[in-house]
Amino acid sequence: MKLLGRKTMLNPLNIIVLIKQVPDIEKVRFDYDKGRLDRGSAEATTNPFDLNALETAVQIKEKVGGVVTAISMGPENAIETLRDALARGADKAVLLTDIKFAGADTLATSYTLSCAVKKIGLFDLLVCGEKSVDGDTAQVGPEVAEFLGIPHVAYVEEVLEVKATEITVKSRFDEKSYLVKIRFPSLITVTKDVNVPRLPTLKDKLRSRKAEVTVWNASNLLDVAEEQLFGLTGSATWVAKVYAPSADKRKCQIIGGTLEEKSKKIAEVLAKLGVLR
Amino acid sequence: MVEKGGVLVFAEQNDGKIHPVSYELLGKGRSLADNLGVKLSAVLLGHSIQQKASDLIHYGADIVYIYDHQFLADFDVVQYSQNIVRLVKETDPNIFLLGATRIGRTLAPRVAAALRTGLTADCVDLILDENGKLVQIRPAFSGNIMAQVKTRTKPQMATVRYKVMKTNVKDVSRSGKIILKTAEILSNTGIQILEKTETKSVNLVEANVIVSGGRGLKSPGDFVLLNELAQLLGGVVGSSRPLVDSGWISKDRQVGFSGFTVKPKVYVACGISGSPQHLFGMRDSDTIIAINKDASAPIFNVADYGIVGDIYEVLPILIHELKKMKKG
Repeated sequence: MKLLGRKTMLNPLNIIVLIKQVPDIEKVRFDYDKGRLDRGSAEATTNPFDLNALETAVQIKEKVGGVVTAISMGPENAIETLRDALARGADKAVLLTDIKFAGADTLATSYTLSCAVKKIGLFDLLVCGEKSVDGDTAQVGPEVAEFLGIPHVAYVEEVLEVKATEITVKSRFDEKSYLVKIRFPSLITVTKDVNVPRLPTLKDKLRSRKAEVTVWNASNLLDVAEEQLFGLTGSATWVAKVYAPSADKRKCQIIGGTLEEKSKKIAEVLAKLGVLR
Repeated sequence: MVEKGGVLVFAEQNDGKIHPVSYELLGKGRSLADNLGVKLSAVLLGHSIQQKASDLIHYGADIVYIYDHQFLADFDVVQYSQNIVRLVKETDPNIFLLGATRIGRTLAPRVAAALRTGLTADCVDLILDENGKLVQIRPAFSGNIMAQVKTRTKPQMATVRYKVMKTNVKDVSRSGKIILKTAEILSNTGIQILEKTETKSVNLVEANVIVSGGRGLKSPGDFVLLNELAQLLGGVVGSSRPLVDSGWISKDRQVGFSGFTVKPKVYVACGISGSPQHLFGMRDSDTIIAINKDASAPIFNVADYGIVGDIYEVLPILIHELKKMKKG
């Protein structure tokens, strides 16, 4: 990140990063008969896109001064994901955990997260990863922005300048690249291209073991939220069925023979497909 | 008279040009609307874009709502979403579809949250159940599973992946209603576009043929070989992630979960073993040809034709054969 900005600002920025704990997508297996993933097959880890979001926030803090708060909604053991965030440079961490939050779709998740942000109160910038590797929706960031009534820019690939009241970013939408100035308070979602997340040092890891993580359950949010909008009851969508992708396997015809014969056969296939120029 | 309970499609435009995914949505929307016995509408926001309305009708829309304003020329998520939210409240559609482009996926969640309705991302198919409810089919877990999602609120909203749905043949005899709406405009949304540049990237998604290289390549220079094959086939060169991460080739060539999802007519995988993340991005290609030394490589599970062999031996001969054919 080529970040320009004043070394310190009069008022340090309050930056909030939304983080999700996910199963390790490289290792996870699926039980297609039961239509669900085998939770025991992979360890829980931090959503990789969220590490880019956290790194963005920490780099901004290091450049211009500020406080980075990480928020995560999930089961009790998601506290590990927040400890990892603290080791990687977050200053504060809030875990939203309650059986009432469970079974939430993107609408209920975004609502709950936005309530936690409201409860925290003052903030300048919210940073989210582009999407999560398990849900793949890329919806929670923009939905949180709507619930908070703030502007947002998605798919941020570079942060160029941070001032006391605004941030300038580069975002790419399909074939066009946009240089965009967005005022605070606002939200950005960042892609994997925005930076390379740092690895926590052993010292930071040890420090984070002892760091305090604020834990809020549903009752803690009731001054800013309506309980029936959390979790399953607040969800507008439901998964009717899960199955293995059908297009996964094809009957592959392995071409045999000598090198020349193999190549000739493939050349014929390509000619037949009408792609030979 | 406003038609309520219909199917609404977001017509996406960039610099006044309609994104082809919008026509695909009209194709799918047309069949959904016909099955439900309702009208198909499209909403188009932009500046001086009124002449595009007839195209939308020719591709299937019954009604086109136009919001024409200079502040809508470029996509501004706040301006766009507030006008669309107002239209949805007024016309009360049952189903609302947007393209799963970056613009669609930026806009749709805001609209859904404002309407407090459900939204299903990046659908690859849409069908109706026995009660006329929308069944939204999408991959999840980086493409490892498929999920069927239903929505209990209205409208049932979904973003739909580009190049999955079929565009109807343009029918210039179709007629429809064009309704000009007054745009509600904020003088300052907090978002200001300072500069807009075309990215000079290769358009993998639009390519007819992709010749991709993987870890079987020994050096960055060897992409020349793949490029020669791609040229003969009128295609472009793609890559799996490791080579992009190593800086051998630019990110705009990356096929896979963290790169592009492609669906060319022909995909030639050269020295690609086929990680789930790579397969996610290419397995819907019409014809897949795999060349790999390792006969047990997962790429062969999704391929139509396979050669077990060294790409450094196979490719030069294949290129030679193709050149011969071309002459003959």
